[in-house]
Amino acid sequence: MYKIVEKEMLAENIYSMDILAPRVAESAQPGQFVIVIVDEEGERLPLTICDYDVEKGTVQIVVQTMGCSTKKLEKKDAGDYLHSFVGPLGVPSEYVHENLEELKKRKMVFVAGGVGTAPTFPQVRWLAEKGIDVDVIVGAKSKDKVILEEKLSKYAKNLYICTDDGSYGFHGMVTAKLKELVEEGKEYDQCIAIGPMIMMKFVSLLTEELNIPTVVSLNPIMVDGTGMCGACRVTVGNETKFACVDGPEFDAHIVDFDEAMQRQGQYKKEECAIKEEI
Amino acid sequence: MDRFTRIPVAEQDPKIRSTNFDEVCLGYTKEEAVLEAKRCLQCKKPMCVTGCPVSVDIPGFIGRLAEEDFEGAVHTLFKHTSLPAVCGRVCPQENQCEKHCVLANKGDAVSIGKLERFTADYARENKVEVFKKPELNGHKVAVVGAGPSGITCAGELAKKGYKVTVFEALHKPGGVLVYGIPEFRLPKETVVKSEIDNLSKLGVTIETNVVVGRTITIDEIFEEGFEAVYIASGAGLPKFMGIPGENHNGVFSANEFLTRNNLMKAFRKDYDTPIKVGDKVAVVGGGNVAMDAARTAKRLGADVYVIYRRTQEELPARLEEVHHAIEEGIIFEFLTAPIEIKGNDDGWVSSIECIRMELGEPDESGRRRPIEIKGSEFTIDVDTVIMSLGTSPNPLISATTKGLEVNKRQCIVADEHGQTSRDGIFAGGDIVTGAATVILAMGAGKDAAEAIDKYVRG
Repeated sequence: MYKIVEKEMLAENIYSMDILAPRVAESAQPGQFVIVIVDEEGERLPLTICDYDVEKGTVQIVVQTMGCSTKKLEKKDAGDYLHSFVGPLGVPSEYVHENLEELKKRKMVFVAGGVGTAPTFPQVRWLAEKGIDVDVIVGAKSKDKVILEEKLSKYAKNLYICTDDGSYGFHGMVTAKLKELVEEGKEYDQCIAIGPMIMMKFVSLLTEELNIPTVVSLNPIMVDGTGMCGACRVTVGNETKFACVDGPEFDAHIVDFDEAMQRQGQYKKEECAIKEEI
Repeated sequence: MDRFTRIPVAEQDPKIRSTNFDEVCLGYTKEEAVLEAKRCLQCKKPMCVTGCPVSVDIPGFIGRLAEEDFEGAVHTLFKHTSLPAVCGRVCPQENQCEKHCVLANKGDAVSIGKLERFTADYARENKVEVFKKPELNGHKVAVVGAGPSGITCAGELAKKGYKVTVFEALHKPGGVLVYGIPEFRLPKETVVKSEIDNLSKLGVTIETNVVVGRTITIDEIFEEGFEAVYIASGAGLPKFMGIPGENHNGVFSANEFLTRNNLMKAFRKDYDTPIKVGDKVAVVGGGNVAMDAARTAKRLGADVYVIYRRTQEELPARLEEVHHAIEEGIIFEFLTAPIEIKGNDDGWVSSIECIRMELGEPDESGRRRPIEIKGSEFTIDVDTVIMSLGTSPNPLISATTKGLEVNKRQCIVADEHGQTSRDGIFAGGDIVTGAATVILAMGAGKDAAEAIDKYVRG
């Protein structure tokens, strides 16, 4: 059992939880994720890591309530326990292993959408702490859906917030903002996009045009998360990859996003059936 | 009593059982077990034991049964194996102990498997204390993977006084016994859980939700003060065929399908994990896992085809499983190979295109090679395809452990005692052999426990 040490509402339907899991906290690196099981009957739910604190032994997850399992999770409060918390899973971001001097020369931009902002944070912090400047573009539906602005602004060189309805920051999509920045003369050598599959697809289309190498972090359906079930398979450069062990980060320009989106909807009907029962 | 005919065992009626997940085989009653045990000739040189990978004293426990000394049988049996209720159900006895039974020359071999199952079930149902907590010898050993091999190794080491911790990646211990083999062949809450609980009685600690290679590395395990590590992480990665359409919605690996149903209990309404079965299912492959997937799909309400490229004779699945599958109404398409999975406009499976095969000359495996018959293509309309083509080892551990040698199939290289290329690291089971059986993995665990004991004590 894994204790929920803290719980905080970040926006409507979006909240963060600090989970006591010392082994995971100690090994977590940028780009990795965890799997959570809320209770005995629960699903194995893959979630992104927003933060980790080795000293406290905690890992922070950020969750948006969508289906049955996230609703169950939302009902848990600080002091409650989760059935299982396993990780860190997946391969850490490639730059973690790169030569630091080379990395310092690189101009990086992060594009985050919705709760995808959460897994962006440990990446931005990791890079900033190594002395690498990064720009961050965050997209949300409206002002009240913007999360982690304060946390990110501490580490990002420039933080650009975009809202679909124009209630805060730049009025428009993250892709429009990225395009604008490049047109204004910003030069980027690498883009890392994390968010809804559809956003990642359009960021990828744009950066292909702009000739910016891009990495996306995919979030397909998973069961075990250790390579065993193959539910998370995605086509990358005409090859089948397992997002849980080969990813979750891949070269955006060779990911088959349409197939990935189609596969993501595989259990939509069943998920709804469960929701109604609850 | 006819010495050459085995006492039949009761089974659930095929029509009824194909709609539920209760166990198919009902096991012997006391009376039946004693009668069957009396058929055993108590050979001076028991050949059956030579066929058992963990060398169970077969005439020993059967002799006690024949004398109606049930507790005596229990103690004799558990001396050699920690998982008899499991093995009595899932071992391929017909190719092991029973194959060597002298009676098999003239009639039916003694039903060793069913007697093992009876004895183990007797122990559980009558709460016979099978293990006592041994005195600790002051040494610590870690085991990676709580499947059959890891459990066996941990049990053997604990009996010798080692403080053993088993690290398990999933949230429940048991490995293939909980995620792979279905309830109707191996009940989880009663049989598997009770045999794993016996480990705790020996003082073994099982730490679930630890993915070695991610949560901790082998080297970090040594840093925690363990003197040796036994790697039994299994062969977990599902294989696919590489034919067009394999990523359509509705194509699953047998691992995914079975894990959803068995580990995550998708067949039960009170569990959240969904499962998709559709009305018509094609299972591709002919092993035990394919039979398990097919029979599970049947129980979830589908019409099921098994597509296999050779004939019934070459089916790698156990005879009993094939027989049960046929009884339950699974349709076999032998000498058939899939060439493409077709999808509808929304990306869901609509049919599977196949080609008929004929058998040619034997290949390296000694089995006759299937060859395509040109122009014999045909289509089966299905909405689900389950690929059951075997698995390969998970590279998580080998990739994160320096100096650990692997072969070209990604299997960890280990000698017959489990010794790997690195001092203090032992390995066994599917991670060394590639996908094999529960009992072979257990045998490897038992041998490795001996080798680890020698290694640690110098």
